[in-house]
Amino acid sequence: MSVAPPETARPDQDVDTSRVVVPDKPWVTIVWNDPVNLMSYVAYVIQKHFGYPKEKAAKLMLDVHEKGKAVVSNGTREEMERDVEAMHGYGLWATLQHDE
Amino acid sequence: MVASFRRARRGEVSATFGADEHRVFRHLLLEMRELLDGGEDSAEDDPLARAVGIGTATEVPEDPALARLFPDGYTDDPAASADFRRYTEPGLRSVKQARLETALATLGEEPGKVLLTPGQAQEWLGALNDTRLVLGERLGVTEELEELVDSLPDDDPRLMLFWVYDRLTYLQETLVQALWSGA
Repeated sequence: MSVAPPETARPDQDVDTSRVVVPDKPWVTIVWNDPVNLMSYVAYVIQKHFGYPKEKAAKLMLDVHEKGKAVVSNGTREEMERDVEAMHGYGLWATLQHDE
Repeated sequence: MVASFRRARRGEVSATFGADEHRVFRHLLLEMRELLDGGEDSAEDDPLARAVGIGTATEVPEDPALARLFPDGYTDDPAASADFRRYTEPGLRSVKQARLETALATLGEEPGKVLLTPGQAQEWLGALNDTRLVLGERLGVTEELEELVDSLPDDDPRLMLFWVYDRLTYLQETLVQALWSGA
């Protein structure tokens, strides 16, 4: 089982981070596959919440569907808690964890 | 005639509900209201706790349908999940309840055409999805839905609910498409 590569190009974070000391291991938000959520709905939610292009949202949705899960965002623990809470609001099955 | 959403003017979407669909869908939404209202533990009636949006529940709900609406937040950390639940579940419950109320109010008490603003359409999308999650959990829906339905005897009472589930799926799919195309 493999996961989608962590994405770092969130619109508000797309800056040169090479000289920034990262104090904490990054956290990731994972969306898990489930038999009820529609593929179109999952792609729509990912596109809408994260502001990703449709193609990227579709790719992440397919990873969820075919591989069972996908990393949809990464960042600080607080940021990932907000993402997971939002995903739960939409009814997607999501959890956060340390990046592996 | 099967209810489906389509784009209307100014970013609005519309759907027309026949008498049977209206009755069944309204009934489901009312059951969802009861489920969300009844799942609260008594300590959450504390007005202060409610005001700051912090609950007392730290365990996954026993009802599998509620557990699906309010899953754990951490992959492998029960203690962190418990904290996360205290801080997020009351707010999530309020959001889900509010969406249901919007859906009920705009569906109305009589069948016919429903016209939704973009904001109302978003609330419907969430309410429809929550309803499908609960129904799907109750019915034991799997990825092999067709095989599951085909395996049931003709007089199985669940067949009717699977039909309803299928209608809701179609309704939600058309709503997603209407919102995509209007984006």
